[in-house]
Amino acid sequence: MAIAGYIVRRILTGIVVVWLVATVAFFLFFARPVTTVARQLAGHAATPQVINEVITNLGLNQPIMTQYWHFLRNLVHGNLGYSYFRQEPVNTMLKQDLPATASLVIGAVILWLIVGLAVGIISATRARSFFDRFSNVAVLIGLSMPVFVIGELLIQFVFQPLNTNGFTWIAIGYSGITSGVGSFIGHMLLPWITLAAVQAAVYTRLSRGQLLDTLGEDYIRTARAKGLSERRVVFRHGVRAALTPVVSQLGVDIGQLLGGVVVVEQVFGLGGIGQVSVQAVFQDDLPVIIGFVIIAAIFVVVANIVVDLVYATLDPRVRIT
Amino acid sequence: MSITEVQFQAQGAEAAQAAGAPVEGRSQWQLTWRRLRGDKVSMIALVVVVIMIVLAIIAPVFASVTGHPVNAAYPIQGENDAGNPVGPFVNGFWLGTDSTGRDLLVRILFGARISLFVGVVSTFIAAFLGVTIGLIAGYFGGIIDTVLARFTDAVLAFPYVVLSLALAEAFGPSLTIIMVLITFFSWAGIARIVRGQTLSIKEKEYIEAARSLGAGPFRIMFLDILPNLLAPVLVVATLYIPQAIVFESTLSFLGLGVQPPTPSWGNMLADAENFYQVAWWYLVFPAIFLLITTLAFNLLGDGIRDAMDPRTERLVAARRMRRMRDKKRAALLDGQPALQNEQEA
Repeated sequence: MAIAGYIVRRILTGIVVVWLVATVAFFLFFARPVTTVARQLAGHAATPQVINEVITNLGLNQPIMTQYWHFLRNLVHGNLGYSYFRQEPVNTMLKQDLPATASLVIGAVILWLIVGLAVGIISATRARSFFDRFSNVAVLIGLSMPVFVIGELLIQFVFQPLNTNGFTWIAIGYSGITSGVGSFIGHMLLPWITLAAVQAAVYTRLSRGQLLDTLGEDYIRTARAKGLSERRVVFRHGVRAALTPVVSQLGVDIGQLLGGVVVVEQVFGLGGIGQVSVQAVFQDDLPVIIGFVIIAAIFVVVANIVVDLVYATLDPRVRIT
Repeated sequence: MSITEVQFQAQGAEAAQAAGAPVEGRSQWQLTWRRLRGDKVSMIALVVVVIMIVLAIIAPVFASVTGHPVNAAYPIQGENDAGNPVGPFVNGFWLGTDSTGRDLLVRILFGARISLFVGVVSTFIAAFLGVTIGLIAGYFGGIIDTVLARFTDAVLAFPYVVLSLALAEAFGPSLTIIMVLITFFSWAGIARIVRGQTLSIKEKEYIEAARSLGAGPFRIMFLDILPNLLAPVLVVATLYIPQAIVFESTLSFLGLGVQPPTPSWGNMLADAENFYQVAWWYLVFPAIFLLITTLAFNLLGDGIRDAMDPRTERLVAARRMRRMRDKKRAALLDGQPALQNEQEA
């Protein structure tokens, strides 16, 4: 029962957070005079009458509080408004582009957790070995490199040589999983690696440091003294305790992940919601941006609740109240 | 400080006095600098940082030596017959040209000015804000502290690229927006560290002594507590600079930051993406400069942290490793019971 109450409370505070973000986003509508937006849509040669008509159509001439009320009411109904530019509901646009973004995120998260934790654990158990030194250097380079540079270098030095030599399985652009699993993986492989690379570096460093600390604890010595196998000591006693800070780091990183998604979609032309939002900036399409901001806020809130629940499961000392 | 260290220093002091030499105390900064100087990697990183700064400052010199102003396009010498960029050392372009036939080296060096300026200045402002707010929150506690904690959590969890998208859309992309954003996302982390340190320092006896002498809260905060905070703030700030540089280049890459024709590593790399089939240098050279700069700052920051605190992970890990190796060796000498156990389990 305690858990149910906890989840309800977290969802309620989550709704408050999303409402705050939505409110701030809404007032961005009024950072610039409404005629600028209207002129963008009506074209440069538009007469004042046409511009006024556009403003009326968009409801931009109503009092701010009325518009805010409409905005909130639509939001509660799950309606994010209409794109100025494409003249279709923002919901439809985001729904259309979600599969690409979801494929990217899920694949990359799996890849980065596996690589980051595996390398971190191996480095920690063989501290100061050649593998450890090598991975430390790789981690530092990963931390110093912007996501888009990794992506561009992969295109330049992996995709380009392979494709000019007739090996076309690795491709850029997006190909849905419905059009063949093989081609789907071929299209997603480089984006996954790109998005996973920087985060994997963070997790390698974190899990290595945590595990090194844990392996120095007295109870690890006790476990060894009991005659447990090294594998059992490392995985049952060491990794489990070392993993909890890694999981809480995951909560922080989920927000950063969305930033990476925008960049990777742009580099590889995946056409997910991130890329659509970047285009929206250049088209002065504010409703799309705000839709993306709200979706991002919801995603961050939900992911953080999940992470905290996982955290409590992993660490019996954490009690959910 | 352990007893043996105290004894050792006492003996050293006696010996020095016996030799007639005056004993000089070494400050924390002197000790740090000595340790840092012994660390080869950090010194190389420091030299690289200094070289980058010098290159950025003298960028106009390169422009006049090569005779290629930063925004001048050379459609004839700078582009080949197909209208594509020319490679390194062709027609006097040391690192080749970019998509409109401009000198790539000159543009990279002018781009370094933007990157370093944004990185250093926004980190400095963030550090100033973070230290002030962190000090106040840590010293006074209460409502300021609660608000700060909630706000920091929110900032750390919110996707900055998404927020930048919204702000760039609302106010139009510019260098100012970038710096405001970087400052906005950095100060909270610094404030959090300062707050934690302040909480522990304000309980020390010398603060109580200062208070009993009649010192006011601001005198205590800025004259007694602040000097003890500079070391951790320096470390964090050094590690924030590369992050700020990466941030700027990412936003410029997305077209939300520094606008062409002003060169920035980010917008050069964005343009380079369209030419990866014909001009590898256009992508590779800006990427190398960017990577070297951020890597140098990261290594330097790690080095300063290690030098400030001798009980760092690096040293501790080495010691632990030695212990583990000895243990393994001992297990091997005992025969193979450990291995057999493992197979059974």
